[in-house]
Amino acid sequence: MAALYEGYTLCGLVPGQTLTNSGIQGIEAERDSDHVVVTDSTRSVTLYKVSDQKPLSSWTVKQGQTLTCPAVYNSQTEEYVVVSDNKVSSDVWRVHCLPGGEPVVLFQRGAVRLLDSLLSAPQQPIEEVLAQEEAIRWSTNIVADSQQFVIFTTEQKGDSFLYLHRLNPNTLQRYRLEREEPGLSPLSFSASYRDKHICLLYLYPNGHVYQSVVSVRGLGGDEGAQALPLPRSLLLGLPVGEGLLEAASAQLLDEAHVAVVGVPHPSAGAGKDFLCIWNTNFQTLQAGKEMAGKIYGQLWTFSNKLFIPHGKTLSVIPYECPKSSLASALGKLKQAKTEGELKQMSCVPSWNNILHGDKAQPSRPAETRKTVSNFIKTKYLNFSVQTAPVEEVQREVEGLLSRADIQDLQPLVGQLASMLVSRSLADPAFYTPSTLAQLVHTQSLCHSVCPDLVLLALERRDFFLCQLCLQFFPDIPEAVTCACLKAFIRVVIKTGEEDKEKSSTPPEPICPVGLHKAVLLNEVLLTAYSDTFLLPHLKDLSSQHVVLFLQYLQFLYLKYSQDASPQMHGLRSPSLTQIMDWVCMVLDAHFTVLVMTPEAKGLLVNLHSFVKSQVRLVSELGKIEGSLQELNKMKVKKDVGQYSIEIIELF
Amino acid sequence: MGEFKVHRVRFFDYMPSAIRAMAFNSHTERLALVRADGALEIFNFADHYFQEKVIPGQDGRAVEALCWVGQRLFSAGLNGEITEYDLENLRPRYTVEAYGGPIWTIGSNKQGTLLMVGCEDGTVKMFEILKERIQFQRNLERQKGRIVSLSWHPSGTLIAAGMMDMIRIFNAETGHATHRMLVERGVGASKSREVVVWSVAFLSDYTIISGDSAGKVQIWDGLTGTLVRTHLVTKWDVLCLSVSQDESSLIAGTSEGTVVQFQFISSTVDQQEEEWVRTRTFKNHSHDVRALAHTETAVVSGGMDTQLVVRPLLDKVEKNTQESAMRKIALPHRSLVCCAKKAGLLLFQFPDHLEVWRVGESDGHGKPGDSLPVKRKPEKLIQLKGKGGDHIYSSALSPCGEWLAYSTVSSVRLYRLQYNNISITKVSKLPKDLCLGHQLCFSSDSTKLFASSRHSSVIVVALNQLECKYLHTLKPKSGSRQPVHLLCTSEDGKWLATANTDCEIHVYDLHKRKLHCTVPIYSSCPTAIAIHPTTSHLVVVHADQQIFEYSLVQKEYTEWSRKLQKQGLHSLWLERDTPVTHVTFSLKNPAHIILHDMFMFCIIDQSLPLPESKTLLYNQMTLRSLPEQERIRHSHAFKICKNFKHVMCVSLLEDHSLVVAAEPVLHYLSEVSKRAQTTLSQFAGQYIHVMGL
Repeated sequence: MAALYEGYTLCGLVPGQTLTNSGIQGIEAERDSDHVVVTDSTRSVTLYKVSDQKPLSSWTVKQGQTLTCPAVYNSQTEEYVVVSDNKVSSDVWRVHCLPGGEPVVLFQRGAVRLLDSLLSAPQQPIEEVLAQEEAIRWSTNIVADSQQFVIFTTEQKGDSFLYLHRLNPNTLQRYRLEREEPGLSPLSFSASYRDKHICLLYLYPNGHVYQSVVSVRGLGGDEGAQALPLPRSLLLGLPVGEGLLEAASAQLLDEAHVAVVGVPHPSAGAGKDFLCIWNTNFQTLQAGKEMAGKIYGQLWTFSNKLFIPHGKTLSVIPYECPKSSLASALGKLKQAKTEGELKQMSCVPSWNNILHGDKAQPSRPAETRKTVSNFIKTKYLNFSVQTAPVEEVQREVEGLLSRADIQDLQPLVGQLASMLVSRSLADPAFYTPSTLAQLVHTQSLCHSVCPDLVLLALERRDFFLCQLCLQFFPDIPEAVTCACLKAFIRVVIKTGEEDKEKSSTPPEPICPVGLHKAVLLNEVLLTAYSDTFLLPHLKDLSSQHVVLFLQYLQFLYLKYSQDASPQMHGLRSPSLTQIMDWVCMVLDAHFTVLVMTPEAKGLLVNLHSFVKSQVRLVSELGKIEGSLQELNKMKVKKDVGQYSIEIIELF
Repeated sequence: MGEFKVHRVRFFDYMPSAIRAMAFNSHTERLALVRADGALEIFNFADHYFQEKVIPGQDGRAVEALCWVGQRLFSAGLNGEITEYDLENLRPRYTVEAYGGPIWTIGSNKQGTLLMVGCEDGTVKMFEILKERIQFQRNLERQKGRIVSLSWHPSGTLIAAGMMDMIRIFNAETGHATHRMLVERGVGASKSREVVVWSVAFLSDYTIISGDSAGKVQIWDGLTGTLVRTHLVTKWDVLCLSVSQDESSLIAGTSEGTVVQFQFISSTVDQQEEEWVRTRTFKNHSHDVRALAHTETAVVSGGMDTQLVVRPLLDKVEKNTQESAMRKIALPHRSLVCCAKKAGLLLFQFPDHLEVWRVGESDGHGKPGDSLPVKRKPEKLIQLKGKGGDHIYSSALSPCGEWLAYSTVSSVRLYRLQYNNISITKVSKLPKDLCLGHQLCFSSDSTKLFASSRHSSVIVVALNQLECKYLHTLKPKSGSRQPVHLLCTSEDGKWLATANTDCEIHVYDLHKRKLHCTVPIYSSCPTAIAIHPTTSHLVVVHADQQIFEYSLVQKEYTEWSRKLQKQGLHSLWLERDTPVTHVTFSLKNPAHIILHDMFMFCIIDQSLPLPESKTLLYNQMTLRSLPEQERIRHSHAFKICKNFKHVMCVSLLEDHSLVVAAEPVLHYLSEVSKRAQTTLSQFAGQYIHVMGL
């Protein structure tokens, strides 16, 4: 599961005259992963050691001169290359240099030269590759199969083109990008090389992220031929909120993850000042971070760090994209967060602002473009949800949910839930438990869409809603699961005494908690989790809580050992494996404390004796392992009986 | 070719017995193996692993160990007796009581002059091997605790004995124990249990290798009595060891079903010193590997799962050849099912009893692939328990179904059966010449019984309602001392053919009561023979899968046979690894020869062209997919049906329906699993994860 970590500031920004410019022209990697060269939009180049957040050295060109392309570092010669006032022998667009590679110069008219050959014959003629009115929008270079490529995109009368220029031998291939809605051209490009293919990722202002893949192998040398159509596939349809995106950028992080800046967070309304990581395989949001201040739509990534100019700073945000699995991609939105942080998160001012602070500017969900009636309905609902009294809201939502096409309303359900939760959080008098339960029951919600719902339910001690959420949300983060667990146990301890059945000589194990609490605890045990993330939160449980929880787990375990029926009392009950896993985890988290707690002694002794007997059993089982394996190997033969009379035909 | 009604019989629940011990004779390339029921089997590794001889077991005779001394074969068992086998007459030659309680192990010195056994009472007993018998010579110094395994140093001066918790080295001359090496017990719960040294091997460089019940293979210095190296190879027992003749490789069989190989090599390239290094692990068995033999090119293993596995070592054989293919021998290489064609009866031979079944009936017709409704179910008519504890060697049911004969190592028994009011009567007075019957066979009119006897002779007995009369004995002229393993008569009652393990096939003229001819000897042993009912051609299939057709009238190979030899059999036919065990003919179509091995049955249509090397041999699926007029163009003589597995019998009844008895081994597996399932169902899966706690 991808994650964004705590960021830090690399340097302040001096925005240009217009506010749309961050003042940074480019960032390039230097000698190693910890050094970058930052070129500002006017005259100076600064070398930073990233981890120290400090400049090592800086160069400035004379007054009157301007740097017209970002400085690059040539690791072979340990020189920096920069172009001032566009000029070499023709207008230069960019100089590119890969670590260990030779610097390449891309001219504004599309010609490509190695820097060395250019310097040795500065006056050589530079051909015009691009048509008139065709201009470069973006460029990069890539080494694929030990072949160096300069890749650039151009725009001509609303059409976009991709050029792949291979060096040594030089070939040029031109592709035409499919047209998006009229008038839209890509906001950002990102290219990468994998499996003998160059991958181009581009973001349109309507939030569509496309990927095009070009095989490196098939590149022919037919220069100047007709532009080939470039097939594309839609990777993501990002929510854009109101209007179109203006300053946004998408960067490929690895084959499954894309970092996007300048696009709204799906559960935070229309504000675009977010940095998000999306999983393209599962179309899920993996991590999100609000960036204070203006977003300029610039984003660089070097060695697991994202570089983002926003507001008046250039921030560095480390990230991580481990190999994704469906389970992890199903959005455990925030991994390592304490309860406190979660609360903080829910009070991020901009969210409140978006959701119900600013009534003059009613927000409009992005996904309601489906039908006009939907749209109107939503708009109306938004209004009522934000102002109307509880009863009216309930009525409205009920009416909406009774519609047949509830599946189509999935985004709307999320929106509604978010609004209700925000309003409830802001207004202690407002709470609509039945409506929220109804929304959860639609199974269109998940935790990622509405991260505060569970915590709200906990705050209002609405354990029924908690239970529903635990049951229906596939992506509850471990921190929240643990918060639920804590709250449930606390309830047990407060009210538990009266539930306990007392008998002098127990013929069978007595449930240490009442039935209702057992149901709640079972729901926690049934929740999906990853122990690495759960363990730190489990450590927060007090020893009193731990002992009670272990007692309950032991009760469940004994119950299972005694009767073989897998389902207990027809409740949603955890499997033996789940019970044992939880026992192991709780013991892991609190072992030292438990050893010191006198009340826990009997419990531990019991558990120990289980283990001993089980180990003995397993050792006996081991002896017949061969037979067991044979059982596995045996195919289920269709029962043909002992005798049949069949007709066979030979040819 | 046409449709066949097939009686698919799965109720012959034959279950092979577990393999208990084996011994390989590298001079004759014969593997002797003994099963849990005491049956001895001899496989000829030089001739396609053909199981050429079987000596049935006996109730209560548990053989623990086998030992070749030259061409002589000895066994010893928990009944405390040493037995030498008569491999010509297929019975124990004599038995000697060792008077040391149960015997665990047997071995001989390299010179083949002395035999030693390890006994429960802690003695190692020496026997002198004389020409006709063995004679007790002396005891070695008696130990406390049983002697489980023994190995004689090639020089003959020292003997290593595996015991409980220790290995002893004896001086063979003085009989005194010189060293005592303590073997460590297992850890954990098994700490309190004695460790059993199941197997020892004494190498010429005075290294002793031991395998024990704590899962260890240990290397010892036999001169100093010190431990050199321990290899823990399994959590459970190492049950047996076998060393290659050149002592460069060693294999150990475990109760996990694995065989672990060690090789005497230098462990690193630059190291001069050689040591025993664990190299390969083979997993070809589901249960305990009880017996092993290390041949020059292969690992031979057997155990509880009853299969004999020959696993060629790929560094010793040419890769991707037939030689390098692994062999699993699961079923006997002889027919245990006899079909009374006229009566529609089946005789099943088990080690200790016989069953006679009547096949079922159906009415109506069906499309190919259909199962017909069974109107009358198959019925077990008779179950006959063998008498006297001796297991059954051979059995036969007369074609009319009214006579049943079976033989053990000591006698032949004949019964008269009646079916309208089911009864079985023993024919009490048998001719005294009829005492040995390696093979039994009735004439097609059920008036004569043929029994093969010593030195490949055949005794002919006349049967009628009143008496059973000895007629005469047919003898080959070759003077072979080998037993007959195949016997068949012709439909017209004129011919009788025998095949023996010297690869000789003799044909007798029953009318003239004398030898008619001897088929030219072919190098590979015949595995099935049959005489054609109308043409009187003898069809012979050999262990190397060759097929010959010999005209008894002309006394020469037929034209078809010559053509087949000239063109050669298809390579895929030759690559099959189970022998053809039965040949029969179709009365409806004289050009058809029906034969089967363990995995298929085949109808050879002699009127069709032979498959050429490039044609598809198994072409039934292809032919099925072709339109009818195209089929003839692609057809060839070999119609192979692979619908059945573990085929025990394919026979044609008088109504032209086929009887196929198959899949008994699957019953065995399900039997094993049923047992396991009952004990495990409540534990398995539910508890295993607890280990992680």
